Amino acid sequence: MERIPILKMGDCLLVTVQVDMHDQMALTLQDDLTTRISQTKAKAVLIDISALEIVDSFIGRMLGNIAGMARILDAQTVLVGMRPAVAITLVELGMSLPGVRTALNVERGMDLIRMSPANRSRHDRESR
Amino acid sequence: MTASQGEQLPIRTSEEVVVVRQAVRKWAVAAGFSIIDQTKVVTAASELARNTVVHAGGGTVLIEQITSGERRGLRLTFEDSGPGIPDIELALKDGYTTGNGLGLGLSGSKRLMNEFVITSTVGHGTKVVATKWK
Repeated sequence: MERIPILKMGDCLLVTVQVDMHDQMALTLQDDLTTRISQTKAKAVLIDISALEIVDSFIGRMLGNIAGMARILDAQTVLVGMRPAVAITLVELGMSLPGVRTALNVERGMDLIRMSPANRSRHDRESR
Repeated sequence: MTASQGEQLPIRTSEEVVVVRQAVRKWAVAAGFSIIDQTKVVTAASELARNTVVHAGGGTVLIEQITSGERRGLRLTFEDSGPGIPDIELALKDGYTTGNGLGLGLSGSKRLMNEFVITSTVGHGTKVVATKWK
């Protein structure tokens, strides 16, 4: 089956969703990501959805689940690149993705991860 | 109100839900919808198509370009011969679900469209007619 690739960059896992995902594919991504977080001890997951033309309740729920599972595994999730029309539709649908951190693009998402208290304290320790 | 052109598609699997999304997108673009309205119609279609698969084991969708006077729109008719909905009012409440979802499929897609009519007979099936005007 077709899978969404997960790239590792330092402490961060990077996922760029570039295809219109069917439900099973979204569930597979959820499973693959949680496995990779625990294998790689990643501290952050960055999900780029700038290519997604829609996010419906199923994909929205999957994104919320990923953020929740990552948090339990001690990693933070940042969702980046949501198109304005997708944001408008998602809120009107009744989902505001509580508990999911967002940033406008990959660059800002990376800044957010670097500036998070968990990473900062670790860098401070390492630089001492 | 007259339907000028249309297309009917089967919805049996989650892969076919994606095919329905892509077809509805194509028709929404052809009808001249804005990006925001295209996104709303495609999202509503995705929710309703998934409902057809999850609750009724499959069905069909008819996508039609319609006109009423000067107005142009897109009408989506989802039909299945599943178990039917005993209480439509309850099914349309945010958060009500009989599956394992969030209960936003029906209520949310109703908000995304301009007209939304459900008819259902328990034991025979469900028909949802959802229209978006340009």
